[in-house]
Amino acid sequence: MTMIFGIPLQAFMGQLLIGLINGSFYALLSLGLAVIFGLLRVINFAHGAQYMLGAFVAMLMLQYFGINYWFALLLAPIVVGLFGAVIERLLLSRLYKLDHLYGLLFTFGLALTIEGTFRYLYGSSGQPYAPPPQLTGATNLGFMFLPNYRGWVVVASLFVCIGTWLLIEKTKLGAYLRAATENPTLVQAFGVNVPMLLTLTYALGAGLAAFAGVLAAPVYQVSPLMGSNIIIVVFAVVVVGGMGSIMGAIITGYILGIAEGLTKVFYPEASSIVIFVIMAIVLLIRPAGLFGRDA
Amino acid sequence: MSDVMHTTSTARTGRSATASRTYAAFLGIGLVLLIVAPLFFYPIFLMKLLCFALFACAFNLLLGYTGLLSFGHATFFGGAAYFTAHAVKEWAVTPEIGILVGVLGAAALGLIMGFFAIRRQGIYFAMITLALAQMFFFFCLQAEFTHGEDGIQSVPRGHLFGLVDLNDTTSMYYFVLGVFLIGMIVIWRFINSPFGMILKSIRENEQRAISLGYSVARYKLGAFVMSAALAGLAGGTKALVFQFATLTDVGWQMSGEVILMTLLGGIGTLIGPIFGAGLVVTLQNYLATSQFPVTIITGVVFMVCVLVFRRGIIGEFYASRLGRRLGFEHRR
Repeated sequence: MTMIFGIPLQAFMGQLLIGLINGSFYALLSLGLAVIFGLLRVINFAHGAQYMLGAFVAMLMLQYFGINYWFALLLAPIVVGLFGAVIERLLLSRLYKLDHLYGLLFTFGLALTIEGTFRYLYGSSGQPYAPPPQLTGATNLGFMFLPNYRGWVVVASLFVCIGTWLLIEKTKLGAYLRAATENPTLVQAFGVNVPMLLTLTYALGAGLAAFAGVLAAPVYQVSPLMGSNIIIVVFAVVVVGGMGSIMGAIITGYILGIAEGLTKVFYPEASSIVIFVIMAIVLLIRPAGLFGRDA
Repeated sequence: MSDVMHTTSTARTGRSATASRTYAAFLGIGLVLLIVAPLFFYPIFLMKLLCFALFACAFNLLLGYTGLLSFGHATFFGGAAYFTAHAVKEWAVTPEIGILVGVLGAAALGLIMGFFAIRRQGIYFAMITLALAQMFFFFCLQAEFTHGEDGIQSVPRGHLFGLVDLNDTTSMYYFVLGVFLIGMIVIWRFINSPFGMILKSIRENEQRAISLGYSVARYKLGAFVMSAALAGLAGGTKALVFQFATLTDVGWQMSGEVILMTLLGGIGTLIGPIFGAGLVVTLQNYLATSQFPVTIITGVVFMVCVLVFRRGIIGEFYASRLGRRLGFEHRR
């Protein structure tokens, strides 16, 4: 059997893949957090809850309307995005003029409410969501078997991450967004509807989280707790990356996912804390984060 | 001259002479109520309330008086509970030594977490404390001495100074009340000391505090450690009251709860968090028997507080017509 660093190649590649999958979710979620933070200056604590909502919406759509995975992948982000837009318009927008910490506290309360409601309705245990029939089975890569669905997760998340990056860096809408990040008052004076832009941004971030949630549904189980389990790790990812750059958030997400996977191979006991340790080290060396601009 | 003195002293305490008298009267009444309370209420409930009240006040030291939002205070509360429980059970020390172990442990944890967290400000500070607290949670989940999911069970209350049997509920209650009062006096002394004044100046305008030559980072760290130690005092005491220490106390939900207590009672008021803690603990007790999950209520209360009730109960009282007539002022 081929060995690498004294570890069977198969185990090594397996953990690397799991790391890459986790990294895909970290990247999608920290991307959404960075987009929202960039414009709204709000850390969206409800991001985990919106991720969980995405998975639940997909599952419920299948249960009640027989909507399959592919439509759910499209519809769930829209549903959750609309929900986000309503929340932003009615409630969150009242907090912009206050200390940014209030935005964090508000979304924390929102996350608790959503999570509590789903726990009340569906219990704490997870429920399975089958991967689409097109993606069942596995492919033999020669050195390991790659479950098709997992390969799809990596591809889809890369695709969406790069798409979002292009949207923000290369389109006119993105240019408005970036301009409003720099100076909202001036952009509004030019006739751009900034409040609408804020709502759209929050909806986009929530939609991204929901997209990640649908992707995650067949990998992990659909459970009310899936959001709060991942969001704190994503916060650490965001601290490491620094929220100044969209690309930074994406790259950091993948790197830390892989780092976590590799730790599972070499020192399993530390795998749940390795991201936090990396965060502490980055704080010592580069307090602004790897890609951060602000001090 | 005396006018100047008077203004200074008003500025220092933030209230007039009338208010000070009212305040003293309220404190006196409150103290009497606390002393006779076990005649009317279930003592365990009261002790729980006192522990959480102290915890919230310790947290408020940081949020209310330094302007730092820590999302990781469960580490100190729950960590101290583990340390105290371990010391009392495994090393068979007396309860006061056990609590001291908890306080010192919490202070050490505070020093470590604070060292990292004060490198960033605002939202990042909150996220870093949350992440480090989660790391401590995983540590507690895996460490040997915490007994993982089981927690440390059947912790003996022992004899205070080797003399007073704390298994007697009444003795235990007055012991907890004593701890609570000591904690509150320390907090009161701390925020009215020159150190506390500098902390407030950092809260109001960090840049100016720096330009005045204060080593802001060191003061922030000092406040962080102090807050952690007091949270530890509350946590260690709670471990003795309930005779166990579990993962619940180190989870992020606990960090959220203490924020809610402080927000609800009034950020930056000395006694506000006590009321906030009282309300939250009562609510939890009330809902514990029903099927309805506390998280939903907690979440909704959180959102309502942030949207329309940012001053909190005591803050609103100070700002109300009655409060102003009594000479209080609220400056947030």
